[in-house]
Amino acid sequence: MIKYLAANDKKCVGCMTCTSVCSKLYFKEDNPAKSRIQVNEAPAMAYHLVVCDQECMACVRECPTRAISRNKAGAIVIDNKKCVGCLACVAVCPIGAMRWFPGNPVPFKCISCGACAKACPKGALEILTKEGAL
Amino acid sequence: MSLAMNTLRKIAEWRYEKKPLARGYNMRTLAIDIGALGFAEKPVSAEMKRKFVGGKGFGLKLLWDGTKPSTKWDDPENEIVIAMGPVCGNTNYPGSGKSLVVSLSPMTGVPIDSNVGGYFGPFLKFSGFDALELTGKSDRDLIVFLNGDAGRVEIFESPESLESDTHILADKLTHAFAASEAETDLASVSVVSAGRGAEHSVLGLLNFSLYDRRRGGCRVKQAGRGGIGTVFRNKGIKALVCRYSTLSQDSNGAADPAAVQRIGLKLHREILRGDNSQCKMRKTGTAHLMEVMNDYDLLPVQNHRFGQDPQGPALASQVWEKLFSQGLPDGCWYGCTLACSHAVDRFELKTGPYAGQKVCVDGPEYETAAGVGSNLGVWDPEGILEINFYCDTYGIDTISVGTISSFLMECWEYGILNEARTGGVNLEWGDWRGVCELMHQMAEGKGFGVLAGRGSRYMAGFLASQYGADPQLMKDIALHGKGLEQSQYISKESLAQQGGYYLTNKGPQHDEAWLIFMDMVNNQIPTFEKKAEALHYFPMFRTWFGLQGLCKLPWNDIEPSDNAKWSEPNKVPEHVANYRDLYTAITGEPLTWPELIRQSERVYNFQRVFNLRVGHGRRADDYPPYRAMGPVTEMEYLSRAERYDKQLREKIGLDPAGMSLGEKIAAHRRYRCAQYDSLVDAVYARRGWSPEGIPEPAHLVEIGMDLPDVLEVVKRALN
Repeated sequence: MIKYLAANDKKCVGCMTCTSVCSKLYFKEDNPAKSRIQVNEAPAMAYHLVVCDQECMACVRECPTRAISRNKAGAIVIDNKKCVGCLACVAVCPIGAMRWFPGNPVPFKCISCGACAKACPKGALEILTKEGAL
Repeated sequence: MSLAMNTLRKIAEWRYEKKPLARGYNMRTLAIDIGALGFAEKPVSAEMKRKFVGGKGFGLKLLWDGTKPSTKWDDPENEIVIAMGPVCGNTNYPGSGKSLVVSLSPMTGVPIDSNVGGYFGPFLKFSGFDALELTGKSDRDLIVFLNGDAGRVEIFESPESLESDTHILADKLTHAFAASEAETDLASVSVVSAGRGAEHSVLGLLNFSLYDRRRGGCRVKQAGRGGIGTVFRNKGIKALVCRYSTLSQDSNGAADPAAVQRIGLKLHREILRGDNSQCKMRKTGTAHLMEVMNDYDLLPVQNHRFGQDPQGPALASQVWEKLFSQGLPDGCWYGCTLACSHAVDRFELKTGPYAGQKVCVDGPEYETAAGVGSNLGVWDPEGILEINFYCDTYGIDTISVGTISSFLMECWEYGILNEARTGGVNLEWGDWRGVCELMHQMAEGKGFGVLAGRGSRYMAGFLASQYGADPQLMKDIALHGKGLEQSQYISKESLAQQGGYYLTNKGPQHDEAWLIFMDMVNNQIPTFEKKAEALHYFPMFRTWFGLQGLCKLPWNDIEPSDNAKWSEPNKVPEHVANYRDLYTAITGEPLTWPELIRQSERVYNFQRVFNLRVGHGRRADDYPPYRAMGPVTEMEYLSRAERYDKQLREKIGLDPAGMSLGEKIAAHRRYRCAQYDSLVDAVYARRGWSPEGIPEPAHLVEIGMDLPDVLEVVKRALN
């Protein structure tokens, strides 16, 4: 079972509530650069939400320490104790959903916790599941 | 049978204070006397850091201080120094896990330095030391355990029943010394070992292990050149083990960790974007060169007689791509996305003590595939894998094994060797089983293999004196310089590459300069002056990797997509900028491009003077065997007759029409030897050396390598 955050760009109004909730939850700081979901501006007052689909596994394959794996809930997570911070996962992620910021020794990513989905005022985000190999 | 640490007899222990690394340095080194079981912590002075930087520089400096001009390789005071360098061990920039191993070589008698991946070096560094010096000699086999977690060094007696061959030894010691059987704990241990071949030949190497989490077993990378494994076993060292469990992005104590991340990430992205259309290192490693070399007439075939063979495609990269397990992050240190360290899994051995067993074979890299493949007329990848595996586990160097074997096979063809003289070992071209038999004999210490294991220089003399072989022919076709076997590129048609191989301090290897394409293919350095400039710049630039603990491959086996727009694309200027930025991000010190070269120049000249100090390092030591310079035999000439005849006309000014084959060969030889002499003059002048190859005191002063004992050696040599 794969647990993922489904993002609907059409409903997003760019209010940044999701990035605020996410960065405050994990970094105790309201900072979009430290959010695991990204709100990117698109042409014509539209927005594109970037977040891990929990499915492609490119980072899992690339990680030299096997620090990245799928947890029981069905999300791809990083074991910070195993991670040596090489950032190969950041480079290999095809959509830029593996995140880092300067000086933080390990990267970070969406783990489908759902905090942003609960807070989104427009219903653009929801936690869903899909079938897939564990 | 597994090995338990608590069953080993501990005979010495030493504790040290753990201190955090700052800016890439511990500012101390560790010396262990294996004979006296003594331990000493030595401070790294500001001057040592300034003059020698780290890595190979520290290794040579410590070796100089610890030995006398009269020291021989098997004297107790000879040392093995493993040194890392300030950049070594960062987990962000690809190719940052190299250790440099330095010792007086049993093959050449002069200092050898050999670079190697694997986890030992970075673990040793993060355990608290910029270098490890091993001195003395033990009368029984010992295991040295550096416990970087506890700040403790322990020496154990090695049980007599414990195997020497690396694929067993490294695995047993990894499990014995890991904190637990958890994958992370196993990966926190690295073992340095040699093997039985290193006990009975001068070709011994050191295997540095890394625990491969996906394969669930140990892999090994080799400090291959110059016989350091032979010194290791001669000292009675069975293995070194290091444990360090708390590796992280900031283990190196970088001055600006965020900058290290940024520079590394930039190269990760470049590699992931470009590798598949450039060198395919991630799929085939350096074996991608096989077809390139064959296409350009540069692949060694039959002891470097030829550079091309119709069977070349049998060993092309697509063959290796299928054999290597694909899709694994095969770096030899964390953070290397170039990931060229491939392996063939579940390979079934056909000969020797492990016949029938399925093993993981590390490699082959290009040097191995060419050296024990095409160069021996072996066009069967399985033969190459078999030789590769046994070289590694016996602890002997594939390059030297390849070059010695090809020499012996050529002697076989000429009737100088036969089964009566080899004790039944068949050494016809292509017989890889014969080569394996030589290696099994080296491992067992018996038979013709032990003779072969004394190296090309020895064998050339032996075959001339014992079996009446023509001494000049032996001198011409035994491909070694200073006693070290040449590595695997055809240098005949590139004068600059002849210099790249033989105007080196440690002997002909591919670590310093690879100028064949610039010189022969693209004709970018046509004059002696330009060749000399290249033979100054590239060896100095590449020496810098050895000072820092870096791998050469991510410098130019991946290039920025716009590299060609720069004025000197051969230097890959953007990557040089990366290295300068990386050095500054870690050490906090600014570094200009000229100063980068100067750091190397100091150490390179120091090494040259070190050669002088031990009685070598003069002009006469810098000449290639003629096989590396031109066609020795009629067969060789005829294989490229059109090219050679054209050269007679256009370069030498002779009309081949009226000349016999013998006259043509002789004319080429005169011309090529004279060309090489002119090259030597030009290179020495560019390097600030006298016509005899001795660094001029004024040059040493200018570059800042004017230490009193260095100047003393030079002045004595000049008089």
